[in-house]
Amino acid sequence: MQIKQEITQLESTIDTLLQEAKAQGASSASAGLTVDTGLSVNVRLGEVETIEHHCSQGLGVTVYFGQQQGSASSTDLSINSLKETVTAACNIARYASEDSYTGLPDKERLATDCRDLDLYHPWDVEADEAIELALDCEQTALDYDAEINNSEGAAIDSFQGIHIFGNSLGFLQGYASTRHSMSCSVLGERDGNMERDYWYSVARNKDNLEAASVIGKKAAERTIKRLGARSLSTRKTPVVYAPEVAGSLIGSLLGAISGSSLYRKSSFLLDSLGQQIFPDFMNIYEQPHLLGALGSAMYDSEGVATKAHDIIKDGVLNTYLLGSYSARKLGLESTGHAGGVHNLCVQTGEQNLSELLRTMGTGLLVTELMGQGVNPVTGDYSRGASGFWVEQGIIQYPVEEITIAGNLKDMYRTIVAVGNDIDYRGNVRIGSVLMEEMAIAGTGE
Amino acid sequence: MTDNTLLHLAKNALLLPTALQEQDIHKVMDQLVTGAIDDGDIYFQSSHFESWVLEDGIIKGGSHSIEQGAGVRACSGEKTGFAYSDKIELAELMSAAKSVRAIARHGQQVKVAVSPKVPAYAQLYAPLNPLNSLTASEKVDFLRRIDAETRKLDTRIEQVIISLVGVQEHILVANIGGRLQGDVRPLVRMNISVIVEEKGEREQGNMGGGARSDYSYFLDEDKAMSYAREAVRQALVNLEAVPAPAGSMTVVLGSGWPGILLHEAIGHGLEGDFNRKGTSAFSDKMGERVASSLCTIVDDGTLQGRRGSLSIDDEGTPSQCTTLIEKGILKSYMQDKMNARLMGTHSTGNGRRESYAHTPMPRMTNTYMLAGESDPEEILASVQNGLYAKNFGGGQVDITSGKFVFSASEAYLIKNGKITQPVKGATLIGNGPEVLTRVSMVGNDLSLDSGVGTCGKEGQSVPVGVGQPTLKIDSLTVGGTAVESY
Repeated sequence: MQIKQEITQLESTIDTLLQEAKAQGASSASAGLTVDTGLSVNVRLGEVETIEHHCSQGLGVTVYFGQQQGSASSTDLSINSLKETVTAACNIARYASEDSYTGLPDKERLATDCRDLDLYHPWDVEADEAIELALDCEQTALDYDAEINNSEGAAIDSFQGIHIFGNSLGFLQGYASTRHSMSCSVLGERDGNMERDYWYSVARNKDNLEAASVIGKKAAERTIKRLGARSLSTRKTPVVYAPEVAGSLIGSLLGAISGSSLYRKSSFLLDSLGQQIFPDFMNIYEQPHLLGALGSAMYDSEGVATKAHDIIKDGVLNTYLLGSYSARKLGLESTGHAGGVHNLCVQTGEQNLSELLRTMGTGLLVTELMGQGVNPVTGDYSRGASGFWVEQGIIQYPVEEITIAGNLKDMYRTIVAVGNDIDYRGNVRIGSVLMEEMAIAGTGE
Repeated sequence: MTDNTLLHLAKNALLLPTALQEQDIHKVMDQLVTGAIDDGDIYFQSSHFESWVLEDGIIKGGSHSIEQGAGVRACSGEKTGFAYSDKIELAELMSAAKSVRAIARHGQQVKVAVSPKVPAYAQLYAPLNPLNSLTASEKVDFLRRIDAETRKLDTRIEQVIISLVGVQEHILVANIGGRLQGDVRPLVRMNISVIVEEKGEREQGNMGGGARSDYSYFLDEDKAMSYAREAVRQALVNLEAVPAPAGSMTVVLGSGWPGILLHEAIGHGLEGDFNRKGTSAFSDKMGERVASSLCTIVDDGTLQGRRGSLSIDDEGTPSQCTTLIEKGILKSYMQDKMNARLMGTHSTGNGRRESYAHTPMPRMTNTYMLAGESDPEEILASVQNGLYAKNFGGGQVDITSGKFVFSASEAYLIKNGKITQPVKGATLIGNGPEVLTRVSMVGNDLSLDSGVGTCGKEGQSVPVGVGQPTLKIDSLTVGGTAVESY
């Protein structure tokens, strides 16, 4: 099979890099390499807008001179470039300080089980075929309602790549993966005010993408629902985060319990291991070996074996997320989280979104967040939002130009329920989240 | 330094190490124009990057990277075909040209535009290589010295992280008429981040700066330590901060980096692509009042050595100073070549791309409001109750609805014309086409940011600058948690 030959060939490039590092005096080293190809097409208002052919490659090497470290990368895979890249890394390492925590992972933690996770499903799509699909997708959106009067277009992206990683402890692994997506974004207008919304689907296998017409319809539906949005008056109110924004709440958690935030003391969850952070019905666990999933991997970015973790168990923080460096710095062991988590799942309750809204009664449903207003050190939270005002569990009207504010520690503690309307499109699988109360600021009377 | 010298330097850096000859570029261009295209270009780029990080008092190491390649683009009507390669080789470029020109068959026959003669452009920065401007041991010693001096500033400092980044880019743009232009772009950036702790409470402070220069920029005028003092000051102020108010109120914005207001509230909305497509809240507003008559706003890529400045943009158009809003009236959009062509106007030198692997779009350079006449003290004194937002983090805008946010990182309550209690960071939200109509006072203290801005659009990042004088906005929504107090 061609892809296997390519992997083998690229593995030999990593081998060359590691040998070169040794030849230039490094006591140990690790190296990685990525080769990506892809096609992106965009259509807008029934016409092709762009066709892009992607083809990129890159290699990176980290060398250690005892406890001194340096890194370098290049987009040039020629033999001369390999040598120069290693030299550049060595030049940095020689000037780095001795750091007793630096170095390769402990050998016994490196992944030995590197089975195929079913991540490679190439889609030999020609530009013309992709254009037809995108045109169908956009046309469904444009036809959905007379108030849809403009478009940012529909797009198809299809990427395939090979990733190889190795280190001087003898670890050398490679795998191929694919990622395909379809998206659509349309505009609507009412009373001279325009709104835009979008929808997308993403999968390892193109057969798992939502149908073009479904994506187009969802994009149009979301845009139409936003028309006539108004601000709210300033108040405190219960809030539901829709699944597409709820993942960001967990994103902030992951940042706060990651080793680098902890040893830098730049986390609002310092010394929280074993502490109750969420209500006791909350469980958050990691499933890194799901077949065909977007976040799946047998090893982390250092080659350490990934494994299933209960990160939050009955509301209690059960583990930090550590790579080798931060683990040593904190006097702990790597948890296989160099480079982040792999398929995080938030255990859901029994309710779907409309049931969750009934539980809330009167409050705000948030469907979009704006800005980066989260202070990682204190957990203070203030972001722009839009969504819907809900009374007696029923959506009343769309809202925009409001902010929602609180502190993440309070927000986590006062989660009332998690819906079963899971968004599978990201690395964090979560349903809608109902929180007791947040502060809303707006211009409304 | 003349344009020809720059071209020579760019050719040496990009073509000399490869087997590609100048006549090969013409061959690729001939291949490209075989299709019925309106415009096209080949963009060669190499980027040498390094970063050094000091943390916990030690040099943790650093990284070095080299990226190089070429992107080939063909435009036909509203259509773009694009391909790129990390290999600067004739065969790769010919195949890229062949695949992208196919875009034309989806469109109608159009005539190939003849490139106008390029005016000479000002040299806004020397073709320096920041990476070589200090030796490795000088860089390391510099970071250690700044770390040691920073830690002496206050006993409450718990953590100091200092980063130093240098980039040198060579670019070569081949335009459809066979014209070749080059630029050599240096960029340096330094950042100091501190965490302070008092009675179990922790806060952070960040400050940095940069320019199209080399590392000597940070050694001049004690700049590095001025970043350190500012980071520590901000962190200590935030230790004292109480919850921010929630609701609509009078807001006074400080000068300099708070100009991110302009970038988010109106800058993006005035980019040519959104207006050509009619997707911007500013579409069809040319000649209309979109700000109070106190407001004149420009996008200026021609400032000497600034982070957002460019001698030529990524399509080879000399950058310029474009008046976007003059005394409150919308005067101009920012254009790249394609959107200018489709809207029947000229490129304003705002065609920018993150790299050879990305297509150009209309992007901002340095966007700022000109100084007004009010004394900043007089502006504060005019406010009974309100918020003084002195510094900000990032922002975001929804082009279509016009709603934008930007997040204050240092803010104070104003009571009876005086700055009082510091308040916690809060997001401010408003509507782009409205917010500047509520500007009732403009300070005489225009300043530009320290050189740290990075703007993201459709997944592409480019360095930018912002600036403004102190501004009074009669009503803006402040997203604090203290609902009761207002």
